[in-house]
Amino acid sequence: MRDQAVPRVVAKLLIPYILLYAFYVQWHGDYGPGGGFQAGVIFAAAIILYALIFDLRTAQQAIRPRVVGLLVPLGLLLYIGVGIATMLKGGVFLEYGVLEHDPVHGQHLGILLIELGVGTTVAGVMITIFYGFAEAVSDR
Amino acid sequence: MNWVIDIVLLALLMFTAVTIARLRGLFSAAIVAGIYSLLGACWMSVLDQPDVAFTEAAVGAGISTVLILVTLSLTTSEEKEPKHTPLLPLVVVLITGAALIYGTIDMPRLGDPQAPTNLHVAPRYIEESPHEIGVPNLVTAVLASYRGYDTLGETAVILTAGVGVMILLGGARRRRWRADDDKRDRA
Repeated sequence: MRDQAVPRVVAKLLIPYILLYAFYVQWHGDYGPGGGFQAGVIFAAAIILYALIFDLRTAQQAIRPRVVGLLVPLGLLLYIGVGIATMLKGGVFLEYGVLEHDPVHGQHLGILLIELGVGTTVAGVMITIFYGFAEAVSDR
Repeated sequence: MNWVIDIVLLALLMFTAVTIARLRGLFSAAIVAGIYSLLGACWMSVLDQPDVAFTEAAVGAGISTVLILVTLSLTTSEEKEPKHTPLLPLVVVLITGAALIYGTIDMPRLGDPQAPTNLHVAPRYIEESPHEIGVPNLVTAVLASYRGYDTLGETAVILTAGVGVMILLGGARRRRWRADDDKRDRA
Protein backbone atom coordinates (compact mmCIF):
# COMPACT_ATOMS: atom_id res chain seq x y z
CA MET A 1 0.00 0.00 0.00
CA ARG A 2 3.11 2.16 -0.12
CA ASP A 3 1.96 3.86 -3.35
CA GLN A 4 -1.39 5.02 -1.95
CA ALA A 5 -1.07 8.52 -0.57
CA VAL A 6 -4.09 8.73 1.73
CA PRO A 7 -3.50 5.59 3.87
CA ARG A 8 0.20 6.40 4.00
CA VAL A 9 -0.27 9.96 5.24
CA VAL A 10 -3.00 8.98 7.71
CA ALA A 11 -0.92 6.12 9.09
CA LYS A 12 2.14 8.34 9.40
CA LEU A 13 0.07 10.85 11.37
CA LEU A 14 -1.64 8.27 13.57
CA ILE A 15 1.04 5.70 14.42
CA PRO A 16 3.03 7.90 16.89
CA TYR A 17 -0.17 8.72 18.73
CA ILE A 18 -1.28 5.07 18.80
CA LEU A 19 2.09 4.13 20.32
CA LEU A 20 1.89 6.99 22.81
CA TYR A 21 -1.63 5.92 23.73
CA ALA A 22 -0.42 2.36 24.26
CA PHE A 23 2.16 3.61 26.76
CA TYR A 24 -0.47 5.82 28.42
CA VAL A 25 -2.79 2.83 28.85
CA GLN A 26 0.15 0.78 30.15
CA TRP A 27 1.36 3.18 32.81
CA HIS A 28 -2.02 4.67 33.66
CA GLY A 29 -3.85 1.35 34.02
CA ASP A 30 -4.29 1.68 37.77
CA TYR A 31 -5.99 5.08 37.41
CA GLY A 32 -8.02 4.79 34.22
CA PRO A 33 -9.41 1.93 32.17
CA GLY A 34 -6.94 -0.43 30.60
CA GLY A 35 -3.78 -2.14 31.70
CA GLY A 36 -1.08 -4.40 30.41
CA PHE A 37 -3.19 -6.51 28.06
CA GLN A 38 -4.88 -3.57 26.36
CA ALA A 39 -1.60 -1.65 26.12
CA GLY A 40 0.17 -4.61 24.56
CA VAL A 41 -2.57 -5.10 22.00
CA ILE A 42 -2.68 -1.39 21.07
CA PHE A 43 1.12 -1.33 20.70
CA ALA A 44 1.01 -4.41 18.48
CA ALA A 45 -1.81 -2.86 16.42
CA ALA A 46 0.37 0.18 15.72
CA ILE A 47 3.25 -2.02 14.52
CA ILE A 48 0.88 -4.12 12.39
CA LEU A 49 -0.57 -0.96 10.82
CA TYR A 50 2.98 0.16 10.00
CA ALA A 51 3.76 -3.21 8.43
CA LEU A 52 0.53 -3.11 6.38
CA ILE A 53 1.10 0.39 5.01
CA PHE A 54 4.89 0.41 4.50
CA ASP A 55 6.12 -3.13 3.79
CA LEU A 56 6.75 -6.01 6.14
CA ARG A 57 10.53 -5.78 5.60
CA THR A 58 10.56 -2.10 6.63
CA ALA A 59 8.62 -2.91 9.79
CA GLN A 60 10.96 -5.78 10.58
CA GLN A 61 13.94 -3.45 10.26
CA ALA A 62 12.41 -1.10 12.84
CA ILE A 63 11.05 -3.80 15.18
CA ARG A 64 13.27 -6.83 14.71
CA PRO A 65 11.58 -10.27 14.91
CA ARG A 66 14.41 -11.59 17.06
CA VAL A 67 13.92 -8.81 19.64
CA VAL A 68 10.15 -9.34 19.64
CA GLY A 69 10.70 -13.05 20.13
CA LEU A 70 12.85 -12.28 23.17
CA LEU A 71 10.19 -9.96 24.62
CA VAL A 72 7.61 -12.78 24.72
CA PRO A 73 9.18 -14.87 27.51
CA LEU A 74 10.74 -11.79 29.18
CA GLY A 75 7.30 -10.41 30.11
CA LEU A 76 6.18 -13.64 31.75
CA LEU A 77 9.55 -13.96 33.50
CA LEU A 78 9.14 -10.43 34.89
CA TYR A 79 5.71 -11.42 36.24
CA ILE A 80 7.05 -14.59 37.85
CA GLY A 81 10.13 -12.67 39.03
CA VAL A 82 7.92 -10.25 40.98
CA GLY A 83 6.29 -13.27 42.62
CA ILE A 84 9.66 -14.74 43.55
CA ALA A 85 10.88 -11.33 44.84
CA THR A 86 7.90 -11.13 47.19
CA MET A 87 8.71 -14.66 48.40
CA LEU A 88 12.36 -13.68 49.03
CA LYS A 89 11.14 -10.64 50.97
CA GLY A 90 9.20 -12.92 53.30
CA GLY A 91 5.70 -12.78 51.82
CA VAL A 92 3.78 -15.37 49.82
CA PHE A 93 3.91 -15.62 46.00
CA LEU A 94 2.68 -12.32 44.43
CA GLU A 95 2.01 -10.64 47.80
CA TYR A 96 3.11 -7.19 46.59
CA GLY A 97 2.64 -5.54 49.99
CA VAL A 98 6.05 -6.75 51.22
CA LEU A 99 7.93 -5.05 48.34
CA GLU A 100 8.16 -1.74 50.22
CA HIS A 101 7.82 -0.54 53.80
CA ASP A 102 4.34 0.84 53.18
CA PRO A 103 2.14 -2.07 51.94
CA VAL A 104 0.09 0.27 49.72
CA HIS A 105 3.26 1.50 47.99
CA GLY A 106 4.33 -2.10 47.61
CA GLN A 107 0.99 -2.90 45.96
CA HIS A 108 1.48 0.01 43.53
CA LEU A 109 4.97 -1.13 42.60
CA GLY A 110 3.92 -4.75 42.24
CA ILE A 111 0.91 -3.95 40.04
CA LEU A 112 3.00 -1.61 37.86
CA LEU A 113 5.64 -4.30 37.33
CA ILE A 114 3.32 -7.21 36.59
CA GLU A 115 1.25 -5.02 34.22
CA LEU A 116 4.50 -4.23 32.41
CA GLY A 117 5.17 -7.97 32.21
CA VAL A 118 1.69 -8.67 30.81
CA GLY A 119 2.01 -5.82 28.29
CA THR A 120 5.44 -7.03 27.10
CA THR A 121 4.28 -10.60 26.58
CA VAL A 122 1.01 -9.63 24.87
CA ALA A 123 2.67 -7.14 22.50
CA GLY A 124 5.41 -9.67 21.74
CA VAL A 125 2.98 -12.52 21.02
CA MET A 126 0.68 -10.40 18.83
CA ILE A 127 3.56 -9.02 16.73
CA THR A 128 5.19 -12.47 16.50
CA ILE A 129 1.98 -14.10 15.27
CA PHE A 130 1.47 -11.33 12.70
CA TYR A 131 5.10 -11.57 11.50
CA GLY A 132 4.73 -15.35 11.25
CA PHE A 133 1.61 -15.17 9.07
CA ALA A 134 2.86 -12.26 6.98
CA GLU A 135 6.17 -14.04 6.28
CA ALA A 136 4.24 -17.15 5.28
CA VAL A 137 2.29 -15.01 2.77
CA SER A 138 5.35 -13.26 1.35
CA ASP A 139 7.21 -16.61 1.04
CA ARG A 140 4.66 -17.87 -1.47
CA MET B 1 -32.98 8.05 26.09
CA ASN B 2 -30.49 5.31 26.95
CA TRP B 3 -32.78 2.59 25.68
CA VAL B 4 -32.74 4.12 22.18
CA ILE B 5 -28.96 3.66 22.02
CA ASP B 6 -29.31 0.12 23.40
CA ILE B 7 -31.88 -0.88 20.81
CA VAL B 8 -30.02 0.73 17.89
CA LEU B 9 -26.74 -0.94 18.88
CA LEU B 10 -28.30 -4.36 19.43
CA ALA B 11 -30.23 -4.11 16.15
CA LEU B 12 -27.02 -3.23 14.31
CA LEU B 13 -25.24 -6.15 16.01
CA MET B 14 -28.00 -8.53 14.90
CA PHE B 15 -27.96 -7.11 11.38
CA THR B 16 -24.19 -7.52 11.01
CA ALA B 17 -24.35 -11.06 12.48
CA VAL B 18 -26.98 -12.11 9.92
CA THR B 19 -24.96 -10.42 7.17
CA ILE B 20 -21.84 -12.42 8.13
CA ALA B 21 -23.82 -15.65 8.02
CA ARG B 22 -25.27 -14.82 4.57
CA LEU B 23 -22.07 -13.61 2.89
CA ARG B 24 -20.25 -16.09 0.62
CA GLY B 25 -17.21 -13.91 -0.03
CA LEU B 26 -14.88 -14.49 2.91
CA PHE B 27 -13.03 -11.20 2.37
CA SER B 28 -16.18 -9.13 2.91
CA ALA B 29 -17.24 -11.45 5.75
CA ALA B 30 -13.95 -10.69 7.54
CA ILE B 31 -14.51 -6.95 7.15
CA VAL B 32 -18.09 -7.21 8.44
CA ALA B 33 -16.80 -9.29 11.37
CA GLY B 34 -14.49 -6.38 12.17
CA ILE B 35 -17.49 -4.05 12.13
CA TYR B 36 -19.29 -6.51 14.41
CA SER B 37 -16.41 -6.32 16.89
CA LEU B 38 -16.41 -2.52 16.78
CA LEU B 39 -20.16 -2.51 17.53
CA GLY B 40 -19.47 -4.98 20.34
CA ALA B 41 -16.91 -2.55 21.74
CA CYS B 42 -19.52 0.27 21.62
CA TRP B 43 -21.98 -2.03 23.38
CA MET B 44 -19.43 -2.79 26.12
CA SER B 45 -18.80 0.91 26.72
CA VAL B 46 -22.58 1.46 26.95
CA LEU B 47 -22.52 -1.19 29.70
CA ASP B 48 -19.82 0.89 31.53
CA GLN B 49 -17.06 -1.63 30.84
CA PRO B 50 -14.33 0.43 29.17
CA ASP B 51 -11.66 -2.20 29.91
CA VAL B 52 -13.53 -4.85 27.91
CA ALA B 53 -14.44 -2.30 25.22
CA PHE B 54 -10.74 -1.48 24.76
CA THR B 55 -9.82 -5.11 24.34
CA GLU B 56 -12.68 -5.81 21.97
CA ALA B 57 -11.85 -2.81 19.78
CA ALA B 58 -8.12 -3.57 19.61
CA VAL B 59 -8.24 -7.38 19.37
CA GLY B 60 -11.59 -8.02 17.69
CA ALA B 61 -11.77 -5.13 15.26
CA GLY B 62 -8.03 -4.69 14.78
CA ILE B 63 -5.67 -7.61 15.12
CA SER B 64 -7.97 -10.58 14.53
CA THR B 65 -9.41 -8.97 11.39
CA VAL B 66 -5.89 -8.52 10.03
CA LEU B 67 -5.00 -12.12 10.93
CA ILE B 68 -8.14 -13.45 9.19
CA LEU B 69 -7.33 -11.40 6.09
CA VAL B 70 -3.74 -12.69 6.04
CA THR B 71 -5.05 -16.25 6.42
CA LEU B 72 -7.42 -15.66 3.49
CA SER B 73 -4.51 -14.66 1.29
CA LEU B 74 -2.86 -17.98 2.25
CA THR B 75 -5.95 -20.07 1.49
CA THR B 76 -8.97 -18.96 -0.54
CA SER B 77 -11.32 -16.02 -0.29
CA GLU B 78 -14.48 -17.77 -1.50
CA GLU B 79 -16.58 -20.02 0.73
CA LYS B 80 -17.40 -23.46 -0.73
CA GLU B 81 -21.05 -24.21 -1.48
CA PRO B 82 -22.43 -26.26 1.43
CA LYS B 83 -23.25 -29.85 0.46
CA HIS B 84 -26.09 -30.33 2.95
CA THR B 85 -29.23 -28.29 3.52
CA PRO B 86 -28.98 -25.55 6.18
CA LEU B 87 -32.08 -26.98 7.92
CA LEU B 88 -30.36 -29.00 10.67
CA PRO B 89 -27.95 -26.18 11.70
CA LEU B 90 -30.90 -23.76 11.72
CA VAL B 91 -32.89 -26.03 14.07
CA VAL B 92 -29.87 -26.46 16.38
CA VAL B 93 -29.27 -22.71 16.49
CA LEU B 94 -32.94 -21.97 17.16
CA ILE B 95 -33.12 -24.50 20.02
CA THR B 96 -29.86 -23.23 21.58
CA GLY B 97 -31.00 -19.61 21.24
CA ALA B 98 -34.36 -20.38 22.81
CA ALA B 99 -32.65 -22.20 25.71
CA LEU B 100 -30.31 -19.24 26.26
CA ILE B 101 -33.16 -16.72 26.25
CA TYR B 102 -35.09 -18.99 28.64
CA GLY B 103 -32.02 -18.97 30.88
CA THR B 104 -31.91 -15.17 31.00
CA ILE B 105 -35.43 -15.05 32.52
CA ASP B 106 -33.98 -16.17 35.86
CA MET B 107 -31.04 -13.78 35.66
CA PRO B 108 -30.96 -10.73 37.97
CA ARG B 109 -31.14 -7.29 36.37
CA LEU B 110 -27.84 -5.79 35.17
CA GLY B 111 -26.10 -4.10 38.11
CA ASP B 112 -28.57 -5.37 40.71
CA PRO B 113 -26.77 -4.98 44.08
CA GLN B 114 -28.68 -7.99 45.48
CA ALA B 115 -27.54 -10.32 42.68
CA PRO B 116 -25.67 -13.39 44.04
CA THR B 117 -22.51 -12.46 42.09
CA ASN B 118 -22.50 -9.05 43.78
CA LEU B 119 -22.86 -10.46 47.30
CA HIS B 120 -19.94 -12.90 47.34
CA VAL B 121 -16.49 -11.22 47.35
CA ALA B 122 -17.44 -7.98 45.55
CA PRO B 123 -18.42 -6.01 48.72
CA ARG B 124 -15.05 -6.81 50.28
CA TYR B 125 -13.18 -5.67 47.17
CA ILE B 126 -15.18 -2.43 47.04
CA GLU B 127 -14.82 -1.67 50.76
CA GLU B 128 -11.24 -2.74 51.40
CA SER B 129 -9.34 -2.11 48.16
CA PRO B 130 -9.02 1.71 48.58
CA HIS B 131 -6.85 1.29 51.69
CA GLU B 132 -5.53 -2.22 50.97
CA ILE B 133 -4.36 -1.61 47.40
CA GLY B 134 -4.90 2.14 46.97
CA VAL B 135 -5.55 1.89 43.24
CA PRO B 136 -8.45 3.98 41.91
CA ASN B 137 -9.31 1.52 39.11
CA LEU B 138 -10.97 -1.36 40.93
CA VAL B 139 -10.72 -3.60 37.86
CA THR B 140 -6.93 -3.30 37.92
CA ALA B 141 -6.86 -3.93 41.67
CA VAL B 142 -8.85 -7.15 41.28
CA LEU B 143 -7.06 -8.36 38.13
CA ALA B 144 -3.51 -7.59 39.17
CA SER B 145 -3.57 -8.02 42.93
CA TYR B 146 -6.50 -10.01 44.34
CA ARG B 147 -6.45 -12.34 41.37
CA GLY B 148 -2.79 -12.11 40.46
CA TYR B 149 -2.60 -15.89 40.01
CA ASP B 150 -5.36 -15.83 37.37
CA THR B 151 -3.65 -13.06 35.43
CA LEU B 152 -0.34 -14.95 35.63
CA GLY B 153 -2.13 -17.99 34.18
CA GLU B 154 -3.69 -15.87 31.41
CA THR B 155 -0.31 -14.43 30.46
CA ALA B 156 1.09 -17.97 30.32
CA VAL B 157 -1.84 -18.97 28.06
CA ILE B 158 -1.07 -16.08 25.67
CA LEU B 159 2.59 -17.11 25.59
CA THR B 160 1.58 -20.72 24.88
CA ALA B 161 -0.72 -19.59 22.05
CA GLY B 162 2.10 -17.57 20.49
CA VAL B 163 4.54 -20.48 20.79
CA GLY B 164 1.96 -22.85 19.28
CA VAL B 165 1.34 -20.62 16.26
CA MET B 166 5.07 -20.18 15.69
CA ILE B 167 5.66 -23.94 15.84
CA LEU B 168 2.84 -24.57 13.33
CA LEU B 169 3.98 -21.87 10.88
CA GLY B 170 7.68 -22.63 11.35
CA GLY B 171 7.00 -26.35 10.87
CA ALA B 172 5.27 -25.72 7.54
CA ARG B 173 8.17 -23.59 6.37
CA ARG B 174 10.75 -26.18 7.43
CA ARG B 175 8.89 -28.88 5.49
CA ARG B 176 8.93 -26.65 2.41
CA TRP B 177 12.68 -26.07 2.77
CA ARG B 178 13.20 -29.80 3.05
CA ALA B 179 11.09 -30.38 -0.08
CA ASP B 180 13.18 -27.77 -1.95
CA ASP B 181 16.38 -29.50 -0.81
CA ASP B 182 15.04 -32.86 -2.00
CA LYS B 183 14.23 -31.37 -5.40
CA ARG B 184 17.71 -29.91 -5.66
CA ASP B 185 19.28 -33.25 -4.68
CA ARG B 186 17.31 -35.07 -7.34
CA ALA B 187 18.26 -32.48 -9.99
